[in-house]
Amino acid sequence: MSTLPLRELCGYRAGDKGDIANVAIFADDEETYAVIVREVTAERVKAHFGAMVRGRVDRYEAANVRALNFVMHDALGGGGPRTLRADNLGKTLGGALVRMEIDVPDAMAGRRRPRPELGWADEILARLPQT
Amino acid sequence: MATVTVAGGQGFYGDTPTAVDALLAEGVDYLCLEALAELTLAILQKDRQKDETRGFARDLPAYLARALPFVANGRTKVITNAGGINPAAATRAAAETARAMGITGIKIATVFGDDLLTRLDALEADGQAFAHLDTGAPRSSMPAPPLFAAAYLGARPIADALAQGADIVITGRVADASLFLAPLAYEHGWAWDDWDRLAAGILVGHLLECSGQSLGGNYSGDWWALPHPWDLPYPIARVDADGTAEIAKPASAGGRVSTDTLRHQLLYEVHDPTRYISPDVVADFTSAHFEDLPDDRVRITDVRGTPATPTYKVLFAYHAGWAGEIRVAFSWPDAYEKAKATAAILAKRVEMAGLDVAEWHIEYWGVDALGGPTVPRAADGGPASEPPECVLRVAWRCDDPKTAGLVGRELVPLTLSAPPAGLTGAGGGGGARGGTELLGIWPTLVDKALVDAQVRVTLEEVT
Repeated sequence: MSTLPLRELCGYRAGDKGDIANVAIFADDEETYAVIVREVTAERVKAHFGAMVRGRVDRYEAANVRALNFVMHDALGGGGPRTLRADNLGKTLGGALVRMEIDVPDAMAGRRRPRPELGWADEILARLPQT
Repeated sequence: MATVTVAGGQGFYGDTPTAVDALLAEGVDYLCLEALAELTLAILQKDRQKDETRGFARDLPAYLARALPFVANGRTKVITNAGGINPAAATRAAAETARAMGITGIKIATVFGDDLLTRLDALEADGQAFAHLDTGAPRSSMPAPPLFAAAYLGARPIADALAQGADIVITGRVADASLFLAPLAYEHGWAWDDWDRLAAGILVGHLLECSGQSLGGNYSGDWWALPHPWDLPYPIARVDADGTAEIAKPASAGGRVSTDTLRHQLLYEVHDPTRYISPDVVADFTSAHFEDLPDDRVRITDVRGTPATPTYKVLFAYHAGWAGEIRVAFSWPDAYEKAKATAAILAKRVEMAGLDVAEWHIEYWGVDALGGPTVPRAADGGPASEPPECVLRVAWRCDDPKTAGLVGRELVPLTLSAPPAGLTGAGGGGGARGGTELLGIWPTLVDKALVDAQVRVTLEEVT
């Protein structure tokens, strides 16, 4: 066994309903999906978020799109219009979840999702009159 | 109609009206404009408190100015929940927009009946407890009276409006995905107990309701490689009578349509994906089969549904105090420590001034403001490595707006009397901000029959 952060294995998206946040993570293939189904339990997610998520965490599987959906209660400091958090809608909780390190078979230890290539951004920014 | 084309032209109040041009140029049958989030209702409530003629999404005329030529020539109909908590005012604004463009003869329908605020006592007398949907707490424990009470209506009143010949349908709080189901059910003649077809329509609506978010917006894959990321298109669905759907985008635009971009949206703001509870049907999102097709198209088949529940979701909002915040930037060395000390000094000064703060929230941007406990730390609880800079954000909640403002003032002397080189106002626009009203959200349920009895659709021709 090796360990790997979820960011190397999964896509992610977070959403809000009231004071409940949900984070879905998406595997690219069946092998990876089997690993995250085994490793990324509701209990681990609850522990990962610590004091950020006060309530329970429920996990749902969507095998048709190789996804796990974590529903986190009492997770947004009271919900969008009530919370004092800068991230009032919990949009960044997906990134926070894929920081988690999990056990993977040694054969998957070298997995690495591609990193941003921003040549187009460099081109745009190079044209700006900047100080 | 063999295939009905619907487009998601708006994903939130304040979205980009220019994005609908490419959709209209494709020749869509229905342009659906989804303007309401939980937060939006709260914003509209504050608007209506200031001015009784407000309370709807005021960007509606900007959208209609682009869509009306296509409405007038009969090519496209518009469906929107931009009515917010004042659909009558939205319809007046829509009619004025048409008249100002010299467009008459079109019919605008307005859907009423989602606003329960003035009927709560009668509904309680009819046995509605309005217990909190998540916690089960009784309504009597709601900390303050409701400022709005909006039921999430379904697709049927919109379909009724279309059957009456409406060219534009304006609603209040109709559930986002139901805006899209309505024209599909109406055009294809789907029965309101044809659960699989209704579920297919709701799934399509859910994929389209957040505009660019299904075509590469907020996409965690290779987001940097999307074509024209500065001009992401908005989605189109072509839906057959059997519920088979093809998700696509305007041909000339950037972005991407793939199973991967769509599955990100499929679970967005979803709880149990086997039971996505809409007003019209309970859809099983895990039943859907996705197939990537050439040219940025994805076919969706096999969606299954089960009978709708007997209740509508209702959202209350109540006053929950007043907030303020400050942001101060600190440089290396010891940026985090300077930020932390400044937070403590501010809190001490507030205490010395005798100001009552009910809740504090302290964030260290550049350290762990967003990741919180998920960010690795050093053994002493500080940052795992020394950050080159750190922005302190402190937010607070008070019972009255005056105190919320005074708390921020306690930062002012720290400009010259605090840990070194703090730049007040960084990212905050001029130092302290106080006096933002907070609203608590109370989701609950109501019997459909009691609401449906009061739902009505009016139709007026623009003359």
